Amino acid sequence: MKSVFLISDNVITSLGFNTGENAAKMRERCSGVLLSEDHFISPTPFYASLVKTPILEESFGRLNSKEGYTRLEKMIITSISDALNKTKIDPASNDTLFIISTAKGNIDLLENKYKERVPKERLKLAVMARVISSFFKNPNQPLVISNACISGSVAILLGKRILNEGKYRNVIVAGGDVISEFTVSGFQSFKAIGSGPCKPYDEGRDGISLGEGAGTVILSVEPENNTSIAVIGGAITNDANHISGPSRTGEGLFLAIDGALKDASICAEEIDYISGHGTATNYNDEMESKAIHSAKLELVPMNSLKGYIGHTLGAAGIAESVMAAYSMKNNILFATAGFSKMGVTQPVNVLSDCIEKKVNRVLKTAAGFGGCNAALIFEKQ
Amino acid sequence: MSSIGFIKSYSIIRNNQAILNGEEFLKGAPEDDFATFIRSLYKKLEITHSPFYKMDDMCKLGLMATELILKDSAIKEKYTDTEIGVVLSNSSSSLHTDASYYETVKDKSNYFPSPAVFVYTLPNIVIGEICIRNKIKGENTFFIFEEYNPEFITDYVNNLFSSGKLKSCIAGWVEFCEGKYEAFLYLAEAAQAENLITHTAEQIKKIYNF
Repeated sequence: MKSVFLISDNVITSLGFNTGENAAKMRERCSGVLLSEDHFISPTPFYASLVKTPILEESFGRLNSKEGYTRLEKMIITSISDALNKTKIDPASNDTLFIISTAKGNIDLLENKYKERVPKERLKLAVMARVISSFFKNPNQPLVISNACISGSVAILLGKRILNEGKYRNVIVAGGDVISEFTVSGFQSFKAIGSGPCKPYDEGRDGISLGEGAGTVILSVEPENNTSIAVIGGAITNDANHISGPSRTGEGLFLAIDGALKDASICAEEIDYISGHGTATNYNDEMESKAIHSAKLELVPMNSLKGYIGHTLGAAGIAESVMAAYSMKNNILFATAGFSKMGVTQPVNVLSDCIEKKVNRVLKTAAGFGGCNAALIFEKQ
Repeated sequence: MSSIGFIKSYSIIRNNQAILNGEEFLKGAPEDDFATFIRSLYKKLEITHSPFYKMDDMCKLGLMATELILKDSAIKEKYTDTEIGVVLSNSSSSLHTDASYYETVKDKSNYFPSPAVFVYTLPNIVIGEICIRNKIKGENTFFIFEEYNPEFITDYVNNLFSSGKLKSCIAGWVEFCEGKYEAFLYLAEAAQAENLITHTAEQIKKIYNF
């Protein structure tokens, strides 16, 4: 299979409204996971990474003056617009396709936040996706992936496959999720939210930090710049074990990593860096470290970015892949915020400090409810 | 170049009726609600799978439609765990269960969020249930469309066959929203066997009578 190229990107999180702003904060080891006392979201205070509303309103307001968009639609549209500003591709062209990834979409519409300004129909993910693609006057039916926390990674792999088929020249892959009463109460009921900012792979880890955000990657059959990042392979698997807990053995994620390496026609020794899923739940990080051992990747430097931006759900695979691409382009690997002492039984090479390193190939891992796992491989060309 | 797979078996569940390969498998009484009908289907299939009872409606629907198509398929004897995949789609995601879950948290004086309900507020959980029941570990993806899109799904699955990623795939549509439900599921295989229907959008439209 031919490579496809990541020609532009954007990430919107608590740390900033573009990739560079997020990277600058991560270099300084500055976390956006803070204590929130928003009673509209939760009756008790909780740690999360929340996008700054006044900046979102201002950024979106510069693109559009009309009312009638949800918070998530504003985040995704703003993210796509910023990514588009850095390329020559035409989002309104027939040969450009939109792929949207989200776990919960406009779930805050259930909460009656928007009164009559936004119709309830937009709870339907395909309707939301059309609102987004129509904003950019795209003529094609957008594709929507909703595969829990691997949605973003699946969307990137889907974009690669579709470009390989030759029907389109460019794919705009964008995803996002908002933090609402719905999500926070649900993860709280699972006792999955950490007592402080999350600590991936650390011995003191006790749960996730939720994060809201949006991310975009624009994939193309041709590179636009001299140094290009290509998506060279990927795979999706299922644990067939439990709907809400990861496998104890890591077999499912190992199968995804192994499948991705085969899909990319490379071997484990060629991976220079792993952008981990690292949610900081006891079971996920343990499972992930076992899978990385099985794949003989335990010496490869790895990190999880969730200590900076939280678990951004449907945006996670995209946002973290964008930051991995930044690492490849700038030869810098970020520290794992929250990590200080190895807390997984099969040690992996977790980065506790930000380091300079030339990186040619990256493995991105992801896992989610429903027992799903995904692995992607990127290469600098 | 993409090759085309074959449809080994197909099921339809809607309006209190379950159909397997074009023939009626079970018809419920018109007054039966979904819960009653799907329980009688579970019994008629003579299976024992206790997690069935705690699943949400969409998972019950998807799992029973899968039981029908796998009944006489012997896929586990023919393929390894990772050679089988599940590619499903619908229009309403998990909104039916989302609304039930939200009822448990919207009133702060009557606040009882349940993890057992919350876990079903993702559309791909039905895939997880199908994979657990049948020990399927291959590619699994949930797409959302405004309406059933056999053109996309057939192309997607046929490409998984021609790239060698899968040899067999459970695919189709599982929709449950506001009491209305519909499942069209089929088992597609990469290899030809006797008298099989080709896996194309035209054939899908024919068998589901669009």
